[in-house]
Amino acid sequence: MPPTELLRSETVKETEISKHTISVLVDNESGVLARVIGLFSGRGYNIESLTVAEVDADAHQSRITVVTSGTPMVIEQIKAQLSRLVPVHKVSDLTLAGPSVERELALVKVIATGEKRVESLRIADIFKARAVDATNNSFVYEIIGSPEKIDAFIKLMAPLGLSEISRTGVAAISRGTLTM
Amino acid sequence: MAERILSGSEVVLQALADQGVEVVFGYPGGAVLPLYDEIFKQNRIRHVLVRHEQAAVHAAEGYARSTGKVGVVLVTSGPGATNAVTGLTDALMDSIPVICLTGQVPTHLIGNDAFQEADTTGITRPCTKHNYLVKNPDRLARTMHEAFHVASSGRPGPVVIDLPKDILVGKAPYLEPSQVQHRTYNPVVKGERSQIEEALEMLASAKKPILYCGGGVINSGLQACKLLTEFTRMTGAPITLTLMGLGAFPASDKQYLGMVGMHGTYESNMSMHDCDVMIAIGARFDDRVTGNLDFFAPHSQKIQIDIDQSSINKNVPVDIGIVGDVGHVLEDMIKIWKAKQYKIDANALDSWWKEIEGWRGKHCLSYKQPKDVIKPQHVIRRVHELTRDRKTYITTDVGQHQMWAAQHFGFEHPYEWMTSGGLGTMGYGMPAALGVQVAHPDATVVCFTGDASIMMNIQECATMTQYRLPIKTVILNNRYMGMVRQWQQLLHGSRYSESYSETLPDFVKLSEAFGFTGMTCNNPADLDDAIKKMLEIDGPVILDVAVDDKENCYPMIPSGKPHNEMLLGQETDGNEAIDSDEGMVLV
Repeated sequence: MPPTELLRSETVKETEISKHTISVLVDNESGVLARVIGLFSGRGYNIESLTVAEVDADAHQSRITVVTSGTPMVIEQIKAQLSRLVPVHKVSDLTLAGPSVERELALVKVIATGEKRVESLRIADIFKARAVDATNNSFVYEIIGSPEKIDAFIKLMAPLGLSEISRTGVAAISRGTLTM
Repeated sequence: MAERILSGSEVVLQALADQGVEVVFGYPGGAVLPLYDEIFKQNRIRHVLVRHEQAAVHAAEGYARSTGKVGVVLVTSGPGATNAVTGLTDALMDSIPVICLTGQVPTHLIGNDAFQEADTTGITRPCTKHNYLVKNPDRLARTMHEAFHVASSGRPGPVVIDLPKDILVGKAPYLEPSQVQHRTYNPVVKGERSQIEEALEMLASAKKPILYCGGGVINSGLQACKLLTEFTRMTGAPITLTLMGLGAFPASDKQYLGMVGMHGTYESNMSMHDCDVMIAIGARFDDRVTGNLDFFAPHSQKIQIDIDQSSINKNVPVDIGIVGDVGHVLEDMIKIWKAKQYKIDANALDSWWKEIEGWRGKHCLSYKQPKDVIKPQHVIRRVHELTRDRKTYITTDVGQHQMWAAQHFGFEHPYEWMTSGGLGTMGYGMPAALGVQVAHPDATVVCFTGDASIMMNIQECATMTQYRLPIKTVILNNRYMGMVRQWQQLLHGSRYSESYSETLPDFVKLSEAFGFTGMTCNNPADLDDAIKKMLEIDGPVILDVAVDDKENCYPMIPSGKPHNEMLLGQETDGNEAIDSDEGMVLV
């Protein structure tokens, strides 16, 4: 038997997993979102967050923002696989492209009375969350911020009657003059 | 220019004609009746009626791979489309340009669970390069032309166009191909010059170089194959081909090491393992090629040329990845290599070849042909020998016979070898041969198959008869699903679970029932005569050859093993059991 330990490939595979925010400019045509999602599920990639909306009605173009994680080789694959989809115009890795702004909006319903209800309002004030609906025993807060900020807000609301959450997922754009 | 208004069906036929399509492989049904009516009224495009939609796609693949053109399929909605899925997946895996027109229920019934309705674009999304559902007649002509562009450019692949019946019946404007340009899909064909220069410098400084080339070279075209041969000869480096690449470089050339991979030659795999610079050209580091990735070519620097960015760094990280069409990149490589007067160190190359000759000396493909039983390898070799004087195309099914054909039939030219590589589709061989023979009516088309594979699309015998396609089908009959049996023997303690062909038909009677000649052969002494007779018969023939039922396919890299731990089979008599849990879970 050859000394297989010594023959191990010299190319060290990077195995560290990192999180990337990828923006994809696509033709807004039927099935395009299914193509992107099918790519991720079919090849076993991770989707942590995904948002999509038309950004140019005249050109029928939508922007998909997907937050994913993987080793550098997997991230490279994801971008290459996205790029070769026929309706895809452009793929940009915002995490690598430089500093970027990431924002998410969440609607958070808290059902509570008494001290808990007041406490939830105080915390909402600290987080600059707005109450967009109120009844005698409930609030719906609207909060905008980074995903981390929203996570923190939700965590604090948990013991105060948190009963329902709706989040938009991340929208992201690079800072400065850089564009896709 | 005034718009020409035609019926939807007329637009489809006109677009096919303007795209240079001569033949369509298909099967009619309710949703595509308007198209079939249009086919009936014209003579420009020939329709070949297959007997199962899967076969239509394989036939189109055979047509495409043996001509370099796009293969076209026409099937109906629902079951017509779902039957085509295996063929589409096959074409996707092997990068074969195919357009598949599927009928669909009228737009107002889509989503209503109508008769013969299936969500064709949904079902085929992951098994096509791209697909379209035409809901607007204004988009019909554009979609047709775009589909040809998408199928045939970049890394080729299958494209489905789903055509609701009301679109076919209604009016639609026609656009010429020149009036349609694709907005997003325009693949890069020229490689980055600085990377090419860097790659050549790396190659020129190599002591143990190897060229590892695949189906991408053949997809790039005949000119790319010529350039590959020129480049290989200029560098003096050894070259190995993948299963899909066979024919891209002449097998008789002394620089050719044989096929690489699981059932590749010993010299080829050892050279891959020990090389110091590897250039992968149109090859995608498939698991059948690399074996255990942790031990793959451990001391090498790697260069990869591929038109598909996602093929680079997918399985194996490379040092230089050049995105571009193989033909264009090779052209630049040859120019730069000449201009810079690069040369691989002669002494180093000389001792590398000496090492390789040592591995060649193992004669890993050798076998002994006894007097009493026909060795399957021998059948391949004899067919090769006896067809040397004619233009011959080979198709195969999947299994041991496929590997033996790949190992023992020397392919000198591209486009002459049709096999299901990526997907490994049993039942590919005979329908693919249909497509090849339709494209090359005067050539000899031989389909090597096994007793199990042939049963998977046996209905195509009727198509052979109808169109008088003189295909020569050679069954290497060992009464087993041979490759399954081989793995059971090596990995599962010789427990031959369900791999024995208990009730095979009488292939002679079966051939006669379909209206052509059936022959058998079980005596080595009669083999040559049987092959000659088969080749002389003017019509389809099935030659059922009873071969050694114990023969296994060697050499072999067992799953999970590196290239330098091949089983040669000769010294072990093929009875080597593989003791590896890791190998057991791999396919």
